[in-house]
Amino acid sequence: MGVFDGVKVLCFTYAGTANITARVLGMYGATVVRVESKSRPCNVRVAGPFKDNIPGINRSAYYAVYNNDRYSLGLDMKHPKAKQVIDRLLRWADIVAENFSPGTVERLGVDYAAVKAVNPEVVYLSISSQGQTGPYREMPSYGPQLQAFTGHVYLTGWPDRIPNQIGLSYPDFICPVYACIAVIAALDYKRRTGKGQYIDQANVEPALQWLAPAILDYTANKVVEDRAGNSVPYAAPHNAYPCKGEDNWCAIAVMTDEEWVNLCQAMGKPELATDPMFATLLDRKKNESPLDSIIGEWTANLTSDEVMEKLQAVGIPAGKLQTIQDMVQDKQLRHRGYWQALQHAEIGSYEAHNTAYILSRTPSELRLPSPCLGEHTEYVCRELLGMSDEEFIELFNEGVFE
Amino acid sequence: METLLTGVRVLDLCGLGTAICGKILGDMGADVIKVEKPGGDTARNVGPFYRGIPKREKSLFWFAFNNNKRGITLDIDTVEGQQIFKKLVEKADIVVESFHPGYMEGLGLGYEALKTINPKIIMTSITPFGQTGPYKDYKATDIVAWAMGGIMSVTGDPERPPVEVSLPQAYIAGGTYAAEGTMVAYYERQNSGLGQHVDVSIQCALTWINSELVPWWTHMGLNPTRSGGTPARRGTLQLPILWKCKDGYVNYLVLGGMPGAERNKAMAKWLEKEEFATEYYRTRDWDNFDWRQLTEEEAEQIVVPLRNLFLAHTMKELFAEAIKRIITLFPVTTIKDIVESPQLEARNFWTSVYHEELNSAVDYPGVPTIMSQTPLTIRCKAPLIGEHNREIYVDELGFALEELISLHGMGAI
Repeated sequence: MGVFDGVKVLCFTYAGTANITARVLGMYGATVVRVESKSRPCNVRVAGPFKDNIPGINRSAYYAVYNNDRYSLGLDMKHPKAKQVIDRLLRWADIVAENFSPGTVERLGVDYAAVKAVNPEVVYLSISSQGQTGPYREMPSYGPQLQAFTGHVYLTGWPDRIPNQIGLSYPDFICPVYACIAVIAALDYKRRTGKGQYIDQANVEPALQWLAPAILDYTANKVVEDRAGNSVPYAAPHNAYPCKGEDNWCAIAVMTDEEWVNLCQAMGKPELATDPMFATLLDRKKNESPLDSIIGEWTANLTSDEVMEKLQAVGIPAGKLQTIQDMVQDKQLRHRGYWQALQHAEIGSYEAHNTAYILSRTPSELRLPSPCLGEHTEYVCRELLGMSDEEFIELFNEGVFE
Repeated sequence: METLLTGVRVLDLCGLGTAICGKILGDMGADVIKVEKPGGDTARNVGPFYRGIPKREKSLFWFAFNNNKRGITLDIDTVEGQQIFKKLVEKADIVVESFHPGYMEGLGLGYEALKTINPKIIMTSITPFGQTGPYKDYKATDIVAWAMGGIMSVTGDPERPPVEVSLPQAYIAGGTYAAEGTMVAYYERQNSGLGQHVDVSIQCALTWINSELVPWWTHMGLNPTRSGGTPARRGTLQLPILWKCKDGYVNYLVLGGMPGAERNKAMAKWLEKEEFATEYYRTRDWDNFDWRQLTEEEAEQIVVPLRNLFLAHTMKELFAEAIKRIITLFPVTTIKDIVESPQLEARNFWTSVYHEELNSAVDYPGVPTIMSQTPLTIRCKAPLIGEHNREIYVDELGFALEELISLHGMGAI
């Protein structure tokens, strides 16, 4: 039994955020239908990496990451008879999700007012970069870019160098969590009261929650925080240290004087523990640069696994820098069943990822691989929407489906 | 007014950034009770501090993730404390905690024990690696989880060690994803009447965040690496994403495909107007532009006019023009820029919260989501140490005032 069994989710979605939100609902049992177009395919469908490096609308492994556990309905929304299908979909749904630029759903006739008119209890989720109101509302964004606007880039890197990107679409993975929480709560509220609602989820505003202490430092103290490499006031050593091999690193964080003594012993340099340059946190902070050099000299002769295991054995927080390959092979993630192979019609077997949490009694289930475009058009129309054979064939012949 | 989580009581034992989990539930109207050790939680030692004064009741880090909560002190390491905790669990819906795996079990307060007291209880446990598995006993801090979760491998300057964001994010990420898991369990409980244990891994939350990079390994055999001011390096030629301008940096990405075509054409017009356009920009067919086919030579033709345009203007000027032209260019904002954003002001994002103890109001980031029927709210500041002991122990749990004093004397509260 899935948590969201019987919950119907309709997606007029694009790119990442809203699809990531719907993905969670699908993995816990919701029936998710995504409306797609062949003439204007989702940008992620036409972005690589592709299976065997050959582009194709059903070959994007990137798209596959975010689109399992849903049905794909191929629909030409601009076709004069598309309304017949859309009307049925709007009445069918408990949740409608969209993340186009503000104004787009009005043009397509699937905005909140239009949906509410035929489905008063609907929970309607709109995700946009800046939110549905305000002077910047029409400004679209891509995740690698928005992190600059949420303050994350300025706060990442070294104070004497240009700021650094977090090498992925960072805010695109914060916003969907908040959106998903809001949708679940709204669904529960609807169940209790019979009332639906409209959810205006900006992409910027959730990302700012993750920088709240720095924001308060400005609103309360007028201090503008700057990037500081890996340095923090409350721990030293606290950095990533170079290990044997090419571009291998291990993060080490010494939070207490006791851990410092243990680290000195593990390095075979017990005398360092009482060296007045490094004895206390204040000493180590003052001499952080020579301290980092000493530790780096020790780690450079060991693999990152060796450093991690040696230090963990004596209770010092240490973790190797894992590449994407390491993540896919990570024994802890494997133990949790985080990766699960799904069979895609054109891509073949691929690694889909589970949620960050495991529910003891009702765990997630990855059931459906990411769909080919329009793969479930007939299933959605006939089985989910209850269309007659005649109606489906007529619409099919009219070219409503793509 | 009825909120999303009216009448839902949460006992919050989370430390550091994971405390954001309880705050998220509090924003939706839950009655969140922060349960701290007598003397205060260690997260209170983390800066920045109000007016720069390092005191346990002035930590802005604490303020940020513990507003919308009430607070009591309770030492669950004592027998009396454990009994009181069980009493609290009888009347609670959700427990969120971030102790190391096995700690709560060791006190007789693990999920199995709490379930016998209250079968409806949801217990959410947030740890670096999860409750079971080969790394479960590994010690971690934020930077260690960040490294093990893979994001660090694509973050930083290639000539320096890889970095974490200077405001460490890993535990905050874990706490946020924990709130999602808690809500899934809560929705399920409304059907079944039964609680369950939610086992959250901070490492998994970070791996979820870098999921977009997974196909580069599984389908291309490439490990993206940190590359400072360009998107994560994937073996192909990379154009810059961060560009210097007159007074700072802007983020602008040259894209291919349909969205890229529109943007590149709009940018060509902008360059033309400012007289930075070259013959290349005037004649390039942007409808058939694929950045994967770029040569070094063409990359240079793309980059130089952009560089000149950006260097000629301030962040503010560039962003104003970008909005007008709907070109996705963003300034690399400081926190000050964010606080002064006209967009956030127009959306009434900021919420002023009064702190009696400071005799002053502080502007807080507002709610993350705007909901038409059941608005989220920022209602109150984070609790002082044991601020609601009397209200909760005496008025709500029915302890006599003398008992409260005895428990205090024993060090239980």
